[in-house]
Amino acid sequence: MEPILKITDLRVEYRSREDAGADLGVKVAVNGLNLEVRRGEVFGFLGPNGAGKTTTMNVLLGFVNATGGSAELFGVNVREPIARQRIGYLPELTYYYKFLTAEELLRFYGKIFGLASAELEKRIDHVLRLVELEHARKRLIRTYSKGMQQRVGLAQALINDPDLLILDEPTSGLDPLGRMKVREIIQRLRDAGKTVFFSSHELGEVETVCDRVGILHEGRLQVEGRVSELTTRYHTNLEQIFLQIIGYRPNPPATVTCA
Amino acid sequence: MNKIFALASVVLRELYRRKDFYVLFVIVALITLLLGSVNVFNDTQVVRYLKEVCLLLIWIAALVIAVTTAARQIPGERESRTIFPLLAKPVSRAELVLGKFLGCWLACGVALVAFYLFFTLITLAREHSLPLASYFQAFWLHWMMLAVVIAFTLLGSLVFTAPSVNSTVTLILVTGVLLLGRHLNKVAAQLPEPLGLILSPIYFAIPHLELFDVRDLIVHNWKPIAWTAWSLATLYAASYSALFLGSACLVFRRKPVN
Ligand SMILES: Nc1ncnc2c1ncn2[C@@H]1O[C@H](COP(=O)(O)OP(=O)(O)OP(=O)(O)O)[C@@H](O)[C@H]1O
Ligand SMILES: [Mg+2]
Repeated sequence: MEPILKITDLRVEYRSREDAGADLGVKVAVNGLNLEVRRGEVFGFLGPNGAGKTTTMNVLLGFVNATGGSAELFGVNVREPIARQRIGYLPELTYYYKFLTAEELLRFYGKIFGLASAELEKRIDHVLRLVELEHARKRLIRTYSKGMQQRVGLAQALINDPDLLILDEPTSGLDPLGRMKVREIIQRLRDAGKTVFFSSHELGEVETVCDRVGILHEGRLQVEGRVSELTTRYHTNLEQIFLQIIGYRPNPPATVTCA
Repeated sequence: MNKIFALASVVLRELYRRKDFYVLFVIVALITLLLGSVNVFNDTQVVRYLKEVCLLLIWIAALVIAVTTAARQIPGERESRTIFPLLAKPVSRAELVLGKFLGCWLACGVALVAFYLFFTLITLAREHSLPLASYFQAFWLHWMMLAVVIAFTLLGSLVFTAPSVNSTVTLILVTGVLLLGRHLNKVAAQLPEPLGLILSPIYFAIPHLELFDVRDLIVHNWKPIAWTAWSLATLYAASYSALFLGSACLVFRRKPVN
């Protein structure tokens, strides 16, 4: 099957002036990344803080330019706006227009996707029901709690009934019930044949919903494969594999002091 | 095109849900009414003076609305991070710039309609003639001038990162052009050589916003200007707006947004 998301030899460097002193610091955020996600897969993109997950997604969405290599969605280079017609994206941290209501926000985004009004109204009802925000649909987003804002984010990511979802830490900031609901939504999307590419720090959740995972560390993909394959190969659970890959060694008991 | 209208409607909605415009409108109205109630000059002079002050306030208020609204659009999207879900949709950066421009321009249009209606009411209370064509021309040229100012501010908002710096620089430049634009070539002729050489190309390159200032038409109830001149002025404003918007799109095209 042809991949829906394809990353080839991706390299991203950030030039930052703030870095230590006068020289122009170059920070390699992603280094020689190759990745394919096929139709209908749920792919968990893992890695410690600063591994380059968000940066990779930023390239996929055209926010940041690749220093080298290329990225394609549906076989179209990510620099073309049309590559984003069939995707839904949930950013890591985002605040939506506070002066709009959830309904108005979704209507605006639907128009950007070129949805016709009748269909758009149906989609708005559907996604608001899905994320359980119907009761607050006419309230200004300014008055929403953090979890509600995160759910608005999920609703806007689904407004165009996308074939590929790119979710950057979709469960961050949610309570246990909220997390479970997001997991359910992801599972329902998979059942509907959608492709989901998401990053997370919740390894338990990743284990339950993902078909495949990739672990990124210092901008490089360290391992990649089916969850079941990895756990058999390493004879341990995902969390231990993760810790092993990022080079964590538990301190020998003698050196741990509680002074 | 629908995307551009959708973007513009968000700008409009933000403006009418904020309080800035209402505050400016009330200030302009209050000052004008206050001055109108003082009867120190003989009658025709009072009316003319009143109209002049009211128009000056309208010009200042409209300029402030145009510059501050346009200056905060794109930086505001970045700061509140709403630019991420937006640009993740099939919308090009050029469409974003155009949508923001259209929204700001229409918002200023609405504000101007309110201001000019107020002005008309004030004058109708004192005078009994209303040269509609002149009023329309004054309003229209004012609005076209604001298009140039908005386009320039949007370009500035992509060059300067801080919106306050951008607003200040733009307001100073625009005021400078409005007050001095006409005389820049004379100044250039008088200056010693290297300075004059620098100044005269500037005179030819800048948009002469002062050309759009036809307040005298409605202060003195003059006849409208020739419609060909009016059309040419409109075209002139459209060209400069297009130039600034085109540059804004170019600057924005390859700029990382994170
Ligand atoms: N705009 C930027 N300028 C300079 N460096 C940046 C920029 N954005 C990210 N980085 C650096 O790139 C690296 C990767 O960051 P990224 O945000 O992709 O990590 P992440 O895997 O998403 O981490 P987290 O789990 O904390 O979200 C980090 O070292 C970060 O400091
Ligand atoms: Mg991240």
